[in-house]
Parts: sequence; structure tokens; C-alpha cells
Amino acid sequence: MNEIFALVEHRQGAIRDITYELLSCGRKLAEKENTKLTAIILGHNTDDLVQILKSQAHRLLVVDNDVFKDFNSELYQITLNEIMKKHNPMLFLMGHSAFGMDLCPALATQLGVPFTTDCLDIEFMEQKLKVTRQIYDGKLNAKVQLRENPGYMITLRSGCFPAGEGSLDGSVERFDTPVSTQPDYRKFIEYIEAAVGEVDITKSDILVSVGRGIKDQANLSIIEDFASAIGGVVACSRPVVDAGWMAKDRQVGSSGKTVKPKLYIALGISGAFQHIVGMKGADTIIAVNKDPNAPIFSEADYGIVDDLFKVMPVLKTKISEVKLAKG
Amino acid sequence: MDIIVCIKRVAQTAEAEVKIDSSGKDIIKDRLTFDMNESDTYALEEAILLKEKFGGTLTAVSLGTVEAEDTLRIALAKGADSAIRIKAEDFQELDGYKTAQLLKAAIKDLKFDVVFTGCIATDDYYSLVGVTLAELLGVPHATLVTKIVIQDTKAQVHRELEGGLVEHLEMTLPVLFTIQTGINEPRYASLIAIRRAAKKEIKVIGASEIDPANIQANASLEELFTPSVGKRAEILTGSMDEISAKVAGIIKEKGLL
Ligand SMILES: Cc1cc2nc3c(=O)[nH]c(=O)nc-3n(C[C@H](O)[C@H](O)[C@H](O)COP(=O)(O)OP(=O)(O)OC[C@H]3O[C@@H](n4cnc5c(N)ncnc54)[C@H](O)[C@@H]3O)c2cc1C
Ligand SMILES: Nc1ncnc2c1ncn2[C@@H]1O[C@H](COP(=O)(O)O)[C@@H](O)[C@H]1O
Repeated sequence: MNEIFALVEHRQGAIRDITYELLSCGRKLAEKENTKLTAIILGHNTDDLVQILKSQAHRLLVVDNDVFKDFNSELYQITLNEIMKKHNPMLFLMGHSAFGMDLCPALATQLGVPFTTDCLDIEFMEQKLKVTRQIYDGKLNAKVQLRENPGYMITLRSGCFPAGEGSLDGSVERFDTPVSTQPDYRKFIEYIEAAVGEVDITKSDILVSVGRGIKDQANLSIIEDFASAIGGVVACSRPVVDAGWMAKDRQVGSSGKTVKPKLYIALGISGAFQHIVGMKGADTIIAVNKDPNAPIFSEADYGIVDDLFKVMPVLKTKISEVKLAKG
Repeated sequence: MDIIVCIKRVAQTAEAEVKIDSSGKDIIKDRLTFDMNESDTYALEEAILLKEKFGGTLTAVSLGTVEAEDTLRIALAKGADSAIRIKAEDFQELDGYKTAQLLKAAIKDLKFDVVFTGCIATDDYYSLVGVTLAELLGVPHATLVTKIVIQDTKAQVHRELEGGLVEHLEMTLPVLFTIQTGINEPRYASLIAIRRAAKKEIKVIGASEIDPANIQANASLEELFTPSVGKRAEILTGSMDEISAKVAGIIKEKGLL
């Protein structure tokens, strides 16, 4: 029986959370399919990574070379193409991350292996692979069957497969890369850290977060007033930053900040998964949205289905009253 | 500089109710509005900016039904020189892989230095068509691009990673970029330009130009279903006064007031 592969994702020396989710998913599938899980590590000075991940897979296939110090999907593709041709795994798992999105479709296409992306669930039946994906802004799920083939590649959505403790003692195998320098057509130059802003939204106990439902930058003052009345800070979803209405350091989500406030009030935010991953750790979530089917209501503790512009003034008055009563 | 931009017309579902039709494999579309996919509007703007800077040609391509021509006309009105529609009606079971192959067939004979796509289509949510297309065309790619500076044949490119981190790459043209939202400020088309674009010819290609038998899908849809709502929020009801009092009560109870 052919193996299951999972690609270890690391950046700036740290293993990314998605790696543990991939490996945990891979272990479960390997057990069910009566096969083994191999973790693929492409990196430089990988001893630490190997030690940390040894318990997580049956085998660690390691390519250690300084060209893998930083992620370059072209170099990954060239090397993984060789590894794949040699081993032909039944399934190769990657994260649906900036890393996996850049790599998986190109590698799978080069190899002619059927693939799909952003999977929330996977199921093997005989030789067939069925996956569940989310479509239409997360409002529907689609069950999809991949073209039947001895091997498949997919990217997994983060947060769908809980990471787990491993109890394996993986063997380590080394592989040589056919590349030693970055190709001219795609060279990694550097990482640029996000600029530090005036407020750190990760430090606030209360976040009042606005989404595209705010409609206009001018309406932000209502929210700022409310936030200061309640002793909170204003955060936002991505479209508010894209429109230039708020600074990038206020953005909550996968490409913004991860926040864990005591209270998160989401106003006019639909609840796309890239937003949810950034705020699901909040103690209490209250969402205001005029769409009763907005995915945010699956994440929130309390919901108000109404126009935020109707809700906010009344709510601000009430909060002030309660505060005053407290004296 | 010769530029191609891939544009998809998608149902705008962020604020709409999405219902499954009787086939169980599609959604009821008659009450939905359709528009250019969000990241494609940024890809198109980036393409127009490049053309304005370097001159050359800009071709917009869309795989879709005849309505996609409306979306292509917006691209023409904003600054594309020509447009191609691939007839979706000629091809069944269009997954992302098949889409990429059809786009490739439509543009492979065009000259290009840069191909743009959006980073994700908000209907199928794949984020795979751009990268697959690049691989099929045999050109390098970068995804989730938030900045491009081109000089001669070199491009300085910023990619957006998780947590706001940016990856700076240097690439050589020809290249394919998948564009992330927020990279620029998409323009609006003027009314005059829209009227002018209405008269422009759109090249339409279909099964007579691209043999469907040669195009394979990777995935076939088995069924659509509504996601199970795990923990569902407690929806607060009553008058606005009552609801607000409840919220204030909840916040107070948590010791946050
Ligand atoms: C790679 C990648 C990374 C991303 N990273 C992030 C990220 O870090 N953070 C992030 O937020 N997004 C991110 N996104 C974008 C994400 O997919 C969604 O597009 C985005 O979160 C949607 O923002 P929104 O909810 O504000 O807007 P929409 O989805 O447009 O939703 C607006 C909501 O407001 C409601 N509404 C409208 N008017 C009112 C009103 N008057 N009163 C009440 N409700 C109203 C609507 O019903 C709707 O639910 C990323 C996307 C990609 C592809
Ligand atoms: N039918 C289509 N016609 C033209 N371009 C498309 C089509 N489908 C996808 N694309 C392009 O590929 C990008 C990513 O789409 P996807 O991989 O489906 O999420 C989109 O933003 C478009 O630029």
C-alpha cells in the first residue's frame, strides 16, 4: 500500500500550526488505510524540526540544504517532483496557506495528479477520494469526488483537523535536492515584517470590529464613539483595510492579526473563514448582521439580526445607562 | 508590454440567501446579482496600470455564459483593448483544473509578458486556477501579490503571507501573478467608456476551437449541502430597546462594564 505524505510548513525557524493539523489528519488516514505517514521536511539546519516532529509521523523524509532556508515554491516544486516520482504516495497533504496555495496546484499539474484545494474533510472509499469544500462565501458545502487515480494531492483548510500528540518514533531518511541555487525567474529576497501601528488590537479586552457592512468610511465615527463608550478598541475585517478606511494593523484574520479579547463585537462582518480564524479565540462573541444566514452566527455566542445602524445608537445609550447605574 | 487578465463573473453571495436547486448540484440563481469577482477587479486595475505605464496590449479573458460578456465589457470600458469569451455552455463539469486548461487554450497563441488572475473566486473558492494556468503555460508565478514594480524584464514582487508578513521576490518576465485585494484602488468605468465598450466586438471561442474531449476535470461534484451550524449563536429578539438591554446585561455580567 502506498503511503500518505504531508508537507511540513515552517517559516523563520518555526513550525507553522497547520503542520500539526496535516500530520494529525495524515496519521488518522494512514491508520484507517492501513498505511504509513511520511512527513516531508525541506529546510536548512533541520535537526530541531526533525526532533520536534519525530513523534508525529512514521517516517521523516528530510531534504536539508541552504536553498531551503526560506520558502521558494519553485525550488520546492523541483525537489518534490523528484520525490513524488520516486514514491508515488496515495495522498499528499499540504496546508491551504500562502505556502500551499503557491505550490500544490503547480506541482500536481506538473505530475498530472488530480488535486483540489481548501478541503474541510476527506474520506477515502476504496481507491476513491471524496472531499468536502466550502463554496459561495462559506454558505454552502460541496462534496466532490476526485478523478480516480492511484495518487491525489489536496490542501487542507486550517482549523478543520485538530492537531494531536504523536506517539510515533519516525525514522529519518534523507533526500538530495537536484537544485542548489534559486532560479533567476523566481528569487526569494526577504521577509518584510508588518509595520507597527499606534494601537495594538491584540492587547485590548474589548474589540468592536467592523466589516464591509459599515458601507462608508464616514460611518466609522459611530463605531469609534461606541467603542470608547464601552472601553474598547476598533478593529476590522479585510475589505475595510482594502478600501483604505482603516490601517492594516487593525485587521483581524489570517492575513491580519489573531486576537483573543474577552469580548468581540462583530458589526457587518459576514464571517469568512479567513476572518474567523483570527477571532474565534475570543471569550464572548456578539455579532450584528442583517443577514440571518451569515456564517458569523455559527461562530458567535449571541447574535442580533438587524441593521447595525439601527442597533448601534440604542446599544450605545443602553451601555452608557448601565455604566452610570453602576456609578 | 503585452498583458492578459482573467476575469470571472460570479454570483454576489456575501449578503444573499443561497439556495440549492432541485438538481442538488447547483444553486438557484434567478434572484442573485452577478458581478466581476472581487480580486479580479484588482487584477484588472493592476493590468491597466501596467499598460498605462509601459504601453502595449491588454486582453481580458473570461470563461462563462453569454452574460460574462457584460463583465468583459466593463474591462473594455476601463482600459482593456480586446476581450475573449470562452463559451462555458460548450463544456461540462467545469472545475478549476478544467477552467485553467480552457484559459490556456484561449491565450496560448497570444503574446504576453504578464498574465493576471485574481487570488480566489468567491463562488468556487479554489485559489488554484492562476497557479495551474501558469504551470500549463510554462511560466513562473507568484500568488497573493500585493505589490509589483517592473523594470525591464525584472519584477519586484510582494506576496502576502499569514499574519501580515510580506515576502519580497524578484522575478523575471514572462510571469503570472494572482492578485490579492487591496493592492490598488480599482477605478470606475465612465459612462461614455461603457457606452463605447458596448459596441466593441468580443471574440467568442468554444467547442469548435477547443476540443472538449481533450480537457479533463480533476473533480466532479457529488452534492451540495448546507453547512451544519455547530454552535449556533443565541439570537437576541425583542424591541431594539430590549435587545440592547440584553447585550448591555451580557457585557456587564462578564465584568466588562
Ligand atoms: C488569502 C486571503 C486572506 C484573507 N485574509 C483575511 C483577513 O485576514 N481578515 C478578513 O477579515 N478577511 C480576509 N480575507 C477576506 C475574506 O475572504 C472575506 O472576503 C472578508 O472577510 C469579508 O469581509 P466582510 O465580512 O467585512 O465583508 P462581506 O463578506 O462583504 O460581508 C459584509 C456583511 O455585512 C452585512 N451587512 C451589510 N450591511 C449591513 C448593515 N447595515 N447592518 C448589519 N449588517 C450588514 C452583510 O449581511 C454581510 O454579511 C482573506 C481572503 C483571502 C483570499
Ligand atoms: N471562469 C473563469 N474565467 C476567467 N477567469 C477565471 C475563471 N475562473 C477562475 N478564473 C481566474 O482565476 C482566479 C482564481 O479562481 P479560483 O482558482 O477558481 O479561485 C480568478 O480570480 C480569476 O482571475
